[in-house]
Amino acid sequence: MQNFADFVGYRKVREGRFAVLLMKNKKKKLKKILGNDSVFPYLCLAPSLIGVLIFFIVPFIVIIYYSMVDNPINKDFVFLENYINILKNTAFRKAAMNTLTFSLISVPLAVILSMLLAMLLDCKIPFVSQFRTSFLCPMMVPVASVVLIWQVIFHYNGVLNDFLSHFGIDKIDWLKSPKGQIVILALFLWKNLGYNMILFLSALNNIPKDVIEVATLEGAGAFYKFFRIKLRYLSPTILFVTVLSLINSFKVFREVYLLTGDYPYDSLYMLQHFMNNTFRNIDYQKLSSAAILMAIVMVIIIGALFIAENKFGEDVEG
Amino acid sequence: MIRSKTASKARLSLSRKKQKLVMAVLTLFAAAAAIVFLLPTVLTIANSFMSASEINANYGAVFAKNEQGGKTFISEKINLKFIPDMVSFSQYYTVLFKSPDYLLKFWNSVILVVPIVIFQLGTAALAAYAFARLKGRLKEIIFFVYIIVMLMPYQVTLVPNYLVSDWLGILNTRWAIILPGIFTPFAVFLLSKIMRRIPNSLIEAAKLDGAGELQIFMYICLPLCKSALYSVAILVFIDYWNMVEQPLILLSDTDLYPLSVFLSQINTGEIGLAFAVATIYMIPTLLMFLYGEDYLVEGIAYSGGIKG
Repeated sequence: MQNFADFVGYRKVREGRFAVLLMKNKKKKLKKILGNDSVFPYLCLAPSLIGVLIFFIVPFIVIIYYSMVDNPINKDFVFLENYINILKNTAFRKAAMNTLTFSLISVPLAVILSMLLAMLLDCKIPFVSQFRTSFLCPMMVPVASVVLIWQVIFHYNGVLNDFLSHFGIDKIDWLKSPKGQIVILALFLWKNLGYNMILFLSALNNIPKDVIEVATLEGAGAFYKFFRIKLRYLSPTILFVTVLSLINSFKVFREVYLLTGDYPYDSLYMLQHFMNNTFRNIDYQKLSSAAILMAIVMVIIIGALFIAENKFGEDVEG
Repeated sequence: MIRSKTASKARLSLSRKKQKLVMAVLTLFAAAAAIVFLLPTVLTIANSFMSASEINANYGAVFAKNEQGGKTFISEKINLKFIPDMVSFSQYYTVLFKSPDYLLKFWNSVILVVPIVIFQLGTAALAAYAFARLKGRLKEIIFFVYIIVMLMPYQVTLVPNYLVSDWLGILNTRWAIILPGIFTPFAVFLLSKIMRRIPNSLIEAAKLDGAGELQIFMYICLPLCKSALYSVAILVFIDYWNMVEQPLILLSDTDLYPLSVFLSQINTGEIGLAFAVATIYMIPTLLMFLYGEDYLVEGIAYSGGIKG
């Protein structure tokens, strides 16, 4: 009896040991994935992560599903049909084209102009901090607050037309003409250049001084110094400013909406207008396929920018 | 020998003169740009001190749409003015004491934005600490997802937000804007960049002295990113103070609209008031800017470089 009990006990111990070993192995694997022993950081992450999951990730997955069924009640799987429909939709195409044109023009301009502004302030001119303040100021002014002044300037009877008429240029209604995008472009640059400029200023400050000094000693011209040295060090910032401006260029809807309302002139009909109007009759198929198309395009563009930057700034430690 | 020396001296002074000239031109250019950047704001503020009749006289040609009738004098031309003929606070008086509508919308803005800023900062500080302390695959994947969510424009994120609000039955309430706002990953991204710069040795030292993780977070990490927290707060505040897209889609009851949307729907008879309301609306953000510009600049500078 005793022996048997011993035997069973022994087996139990052995199994226990084996289990412990197994656990250890599992822990090692887990550790590779999780990386930490302590639970506290995970507890810290939890509230934010749960929120992001609930409000962004889970519904986004559901939206992928919605974009592939014919309607939320029947739920017949139609795969890409909704996408084809949305691509054929004239309103969507117009909105996408307008938004795309605007981004294509405004983003490079925003990057280049803000870099120039930063270099201007980097030239040791007097009153730098005052200039910095005034360039940053538009960022802090709510769009809604300055819309009135924009109306006064760009209206048919407005200041700009008044000014141009001195040069014999005919009046046009800026916001209701194909030139509307130019106005919006000006407003976009006005608002966003300051923020981008700060990013470039700090990047310019971080370029190692000795590299520039050596180049100067070796007789490198300003042109060479800029294109061969500074631009390389700036390249991560250029990437960041490009992505940021891209996102902000979608927010230009605010100005357009506050100036022209729900149904603007053709050239100002943005994707957000399309979404607003689709939300009004809650067409989940249209909404979800449009949103996912946009998400895919964004991921592709940003991914391409990342790859380009990696190639360009390769030999510089950013 | 002597000759060449003087020649080179002359050349030097010439190049110095040239440099001075270049500096002067650059400064003038910067000044011109600064005026363009400041002008719209200054004009809005200046115009808020005009009386209603003066504004109608100046801008009637833009805003009047027949409703005005023959009551007020409307000039054909626009008069853009810096200095009012007579400084009057009548607009402010009307806004503050006679038309509660604007104050109500202002309050709507406050009640939407303040909770978003406070709770986004709270959850983000915790999450940023976690991202700074954790290592391993899982953390990298989660952080990547955060960045993707952050980079998505409203046209994409509003659809999921709408869906969840519908499920939770909070559509057309303030929660539909506040809750997604709290969990927008922007603050997490920026703060985790700064928390990562806290040297590990500092944390190890604190551990050796017997500090728990909570204490490390509370007494070491948080105080070290005080200025970053402030600048993130400003950035989040201004972003939501400006909101237009979310209320248009998530709120159908215009009584709940924040002032940022409502301001554009002011009817033409009240243009005089609009300037005063616009000025009142920019006071909070301008104050934050004036008090915290250096922090703000520091915070923006930190945000540079997605990879960092």
